[in-house]
Amino acid sequence: MTTVGRGRAPQALAGSAADGDAPLQIRVVTSEDILALAGAAIGSLGLTWVIYERLMPWSGGFGFWVCWYLVFLVLYLAVAGLQWNRLVVRDKTMAVLVSTGGLLACAVVFEQLGYSLVKGLAAIKHANFWTQTMLSAGPASSLNVGGIVHAAVGSLEQLALGSVLSVPLGLMAALFLAEVGGRLERPVRSIVNAMTALPSIVAGLLIYALAILTLGLPQSGFAASLAISVVMLPIVTRASEVVLRVVPGTLREASFALGASHWRTVWKVILPTARSGLTTAVVLAMARGFGETAPVLLTAGYSNALNTDPFHGWQATLPTFIINSVLVYGAQPNEIVRAFGAGFALMVVVVVLFVIARIVGGGRPGELSRRQRRRLRKEAARS
Amino acid sequence: MAVALTPARPAPADDDTPRLIVSRPSRGDLIFRTVLRIAGLSSFFITAMILIFLIIRGWWALQTDGLSFFTKQNWIFVGNQFGIGGVLPDTLIIGVIACLIAIPVAIFTAIFIAEYAPLKLRRMLVSIIDLMAAIPSIVYGLWGRFWLMPRALGTMSWLSHHVGWFPPFRVTILVSASTYVGSAMIAGMVVSLMCIPIITSLSREVFSQAPQGEREAAYALGSTKWGMVRTVVLPFGKGGVIGACMLGIGRALGETIAVLLIVSPTFSLNWHVLQSGADSVAALIAGRWASAGSHELSALMAAGLVLFAITLAVNSLAGIVINRSRSGAQTAD
Repeated sequence: MTTVGRGRAPQALAGSAADGDAPLQIRVVTSEDILALAGAAIGSLGLTWVIYERLMPWSGGFGFWVCWYLVFLVLYLAVAGLQWNRLVVRDKTMAVLVSTGGLLACAVVFEQLGYSLVKGLAAIKHANFWTQTMLSAGPASSLNVGGIVHAAVGSLEQLALGSVLSVPLGLMAALFLAEVGGRLERPVRSIVNAMTALPSIVAGLLIYALAILTLGLPQSGFAASLAISVVMLPIVTRASEVVLRVVPGTLREASFALGASHWRTVWKVILPTARSGLTTAVVLAMARGFGETAPVLLTAGYSNALNTDPFHGWQATLPTFIINSVLVYGAQPNEIVRAFGAGFALMVVVVVLFVIARIVGGGRPGELSRRQRRRLRKEAARS
Repeated sequence: MAVALTPARPAPADDDTPRLIVSRPSRGDLIFRTVLRIAGLSSFFITAMILIFLIIRGWWALQTDGLSFFTKQNWIFVGNQFGIGGVLPDTLIIGVIACLIAIPVAIFTAIFIAEYAPLKLRRMLVSIIDLMAAIPSIVYGLWGRFWLMPRALGTMSWLSHHVGWFPPFRVTILVSASTYVGSAMIAGMVVSLMCIPIITSLSREVFSQAPQGEREAAYALGSTKWGMVRTVVLPFGKGGVIGACMLGIGRALGETIAVLLIVSPTFSLNWHVLQSGADSVAALIAGRWASAGSHELSALMAAGLVLFAITLAVNSLAGIVINRSRSGAQTAD
């Protein structure tokens, strides 16, 4: 946003006149911009406070912030209009509008993280929250009894089983799209794309109708993991396919030229090259599958006791624990606090998985990590 | 006399036909490719199974009601008075509200990330948007129920009193402490949070593909940054953005848990979005599940079939729109 109307000269570095060959530092955001923003913000805050709190009989924090934002935009338009010409005013106002959209997204994420933490803190700080189950505690009991171990174990087991079922199948489907292709490639890709947007409750209905009603499987952790794998499969496929397509074609051709068969090429060349990207894809799908509520609600039942066997008996998971606490026992404030604590635990796992995915999948295919490069250097020095 | 010169063509030899190159893959490769083909077809298989089993299990409800399944607005099984005639439009209402809020915010955020954000901030913002998409919807539902709903009641009340001339904002039930609790508006606001990351990430990818030459041409002609965005980036990204919005609508229609945690369920069509009483097909299924007898189960399966068909149609349409557009085709994965 360089200023146009006033024709402000770019501010040069101090001392550059001495050697004359130093690069000019061009200020993009001038002090006028910052002052206009600050003035509009503070002025609108004051105006909104006066009108909202003192003059009008309105209430609610949400309304206050909405009012403040709207008044801020109006004031900023006015302040800008006083200083600059119309073109510049339009440009700067759109920049402000657009920036607040970006900030809003960030604020939402941190708010979600923070809110569960703040509301669930009373429950989280007790050690029994992480080590006990709800078997011996009722919804009204105080926060130093009862915990979410049964839900956490259920979630982790179902995620593990669901990953075991969906990851190999998804990788093979991605390999089909990237390697084999042919006439079926476009239809399969469209179906996979449509399936990524499948409402998860339909996956739960499928497994209920197929496995439980037709095949007679009991409602169990295994049935829930089947439903979770139906949700995870298209995500694994799509994300892996994107990664596999980026593997350079020259590597594949070199392997063929050396006489390797197709499956050997895939196993020895393509998969190791794309390993970090594939790990990211799998971890992202796991993060998605961990938080799935609706399919598990239909297929795993609910239990207050620890059930480590996913094939027999009902299992609780973190999301179903939360649903049960809020919808069934919502009148008990302690239970609500526990629900928030479980929500916080859920978020922590998702964020950790997400960070792992970002760290692992940072590089391009074939790019060596620092440790691998160090090892290669050591081997070269030795030989 | 001038003689027309024709280039001499070599006489066609009998054995000069192009040879057929047949590559016969080895047995290991044949097995490999067949296995991959079967895995690739697994998604067809799953979709087919969903259709088949939902139709089988929902058959009783569809047979009993026929087409009036889509028009009846009750949920009573003694006397077979049930239908999603109210719940289905309510789902669309929540979806429309969610998209009306999400689309402007998401597009502005995408423009910010693609055009205005400094480079270092860009990667972090992309990660934050992806994290926003990965947050489980139950966390959004908890936040919406316990933080947003109490705080938004004042705004809802203000809207109904001062913008009540707009028919959907009118409130027709008795005004009390619980008039505005569990309305379609609040559910739409929470669902919009879930649509924003989907629309943002796809729009951002599309905006970043706008050709650099056209951008520089706009600057060379003297436009401001916003002018360049408006005349180069937005028209280029139109197709991708429309496709992204349709994907967002698909997500909004299928959202279960957030809606379940917020709404006070109703079975009749309620287009007064500020007052209590809303539902979506997915939340109906999830909410009535535990207490459903076999007849109600069949009706829920039929409702699930309808939901599946709608979301499949919306998402397939979105895929077609994206692939046919100038911007989407370049970013199609």
